[in-house]
Amino acid sequence: MIGGRQRFNPLQRLLHWLMAICILAMLFIGVGMVSTIMPKYLTLVSIHKPLGIAILVLALVRLAVRVRYGAPSLPVDLPEPMKLAAYLSHYALYALMIGMPLIGWAMLSAAEYPVVLFAGVHLPQILPQSDSLHTLLWDAHFYLAFAFFALVLLHIAAALFHALVRRDGVFEAMASVSIHEDVAPAE
Amino acid sequence: MPQPHRPPTLSVFGSLVLIAIVIGGGAAAFGYTAGWFSPQRLTPNKLVDAFTPPGGQPPLGHRRNHAKGICFTGIFEANGAGSALSHAAVFARGQYPALGRFNLGTADPNAPDATVRVRGMGLRISTPDGQEWRAAMINAPVFPVSTPQAFYELLLASASKDPNAMKAFAGAHPEIAAFGAWATKGPWTGSYAEERFNSLDSFIFTDNSGVEHAVRWSLLPAAQVVPVSPDDLAKRGPDFLEQEIAERVRGGPIHWTMVVTVANPGDPTADPSRAWPEDRRAVNVGTLTVQQIQPERDGPCRDINFDPTVLPSGIRTSDDPFPPARSSAYAKSYDLRTAEAKYYPRTATDAKP
Repeated sequence: MIGGRQRFNPLQRLLHWLMAICILAMLFIGVGMVSTIMPKYLTLVSIHKPLGIAILVLALVRLAVRVRYGAPSLPVDLPEPMKLAAYLSHYALYALMIGMPLIGWAMLSAAEYPVVLFAGVHLPQILPQSDSLHTLLWDAHFYLAFAFFALVLLHIAAALFHALVRRDGVFEAMASVSIHEDVAPAE
Repeated sequence: MPQPHRPPTLSVFGSLVLIAIVIGGGAAAFGYTAGWFSPQRLTPNKLVDAFTPPGGQPPLGHRRNHAKGICFTGIFEANGAGSALSHAAVFARGQYPALGRFNLGTADPNAPDATVRVRGMGLRISTPDGQEWRAAMINAPVFPVSTPQAFYELLLASASKDPNAMKAFAGAHPEIAAFGAWATKGPWTGSYAEERFNSLDSFIFTDNSGVEHAVRWSLLPAAQVVPVSPDDLAKRGPDFLEQEIAERVRGGPIHWTMVVTVANPGDPTADPSRAWPEDRRAVNVGTLTVQQIQPERDGPCRDINFDPTVLPSGIRTSDDPFPPARSSAYAKSYDLRTAEAKYYPRTATDAKP
């Protein structure tokens, strides 16, 4: 953690908002595609797979950027339980951003489905066919998707709480569109 | 950031209400997308469940439809002619490994062979570039109905205790007459080797110059077709088809010719219940040779989902609504049966607990 900085740097903010769009789209596509037999099913599946891999790549880049540049400190007057919730929920979000695409990829592998990203472009199988692994991974992918969405809602609620109720600068640390870093608030 | 007209800030209570609305709205939108507020939506679960009659036991550990089957392995030998229609590697002259499954269109894995009208073939052809072409074909010349919704209603009608349900269904879906004519008057055979297997669904082939061709395909048996009456078949053993094909292939490989039929402009591609006129251009693209038969129990086809939308580059789905519906339902069936694997009799020694 690098103290003193008031905002995430522009690359971090760009990655955050880009991934926010991708992840929300991904969760809605996922829950929608498994509930329909209409032709849109195939369209949704064909977006779900490459988008999932895109999120995996972006999450790994983001993790590296985070390790390199850290994050602004939380306000010193933030109650300890909220600090703890903030740390834990962010660890969980990173785990899901990286874990869910890997689980999906492994799940398709365990069912011996080709993992097609685009016409003619496919990923290697990362597991052999296995009924028990497929079931385990399918359950994990399904239930973690709901946990992921719940966590996203919690994250949004917390962000709005910081923005509207506490007004402590936490929301602005990520929401700001300014490309100038660590400018004084009185600019 | 001082602003001349800063909007009045929300009270804490107002802020909490706003947060609750945002979160509640998000959750509701998610639930709506998941179909929680749309009980009439035809989901893969509903479609798959409809294969089990009300009060019946689903075939745990088995495919929910086409539950009885036997595996085969062999070779697809492309003669190169298909390359004029599709740039898929599978049509370039050469030999490609094939894996498949002869099956019966029934939800009962123990159904006597003579009791099932529809016979099918699941097929997977692999090419060295790592791509796959999976198909699931049946011996009927047309599909019974025009839409997946109608197919779901057909399943409900045929499982209904109402004696008039099927008559009412046929009245509302006159397209079923063509399938009905085949089912009642078409010939029965004594062997999978004598069946013609048809894609029924339409697909789009893309050739090397990017031109698209709407096609259907069929596997035409090389074996002499010998019609046998259903009454004579009923006298044979419950698994006569499986025994016959195993014995026949032990005696030597058996063959089918793959013929791709190209639509004329205006031919119905979105409706597999309507045949295309007989005079359409038909291209012989190669030969499927079945070299070995293996029982499904521990055979290589057991764990494969013959999802007809697993297609190589050069073949894609058309406006036919069935391949997406089948893909969605087959995946659900696969998810169910893999989760129920303990009920499947894998080997003689590793039977039900």
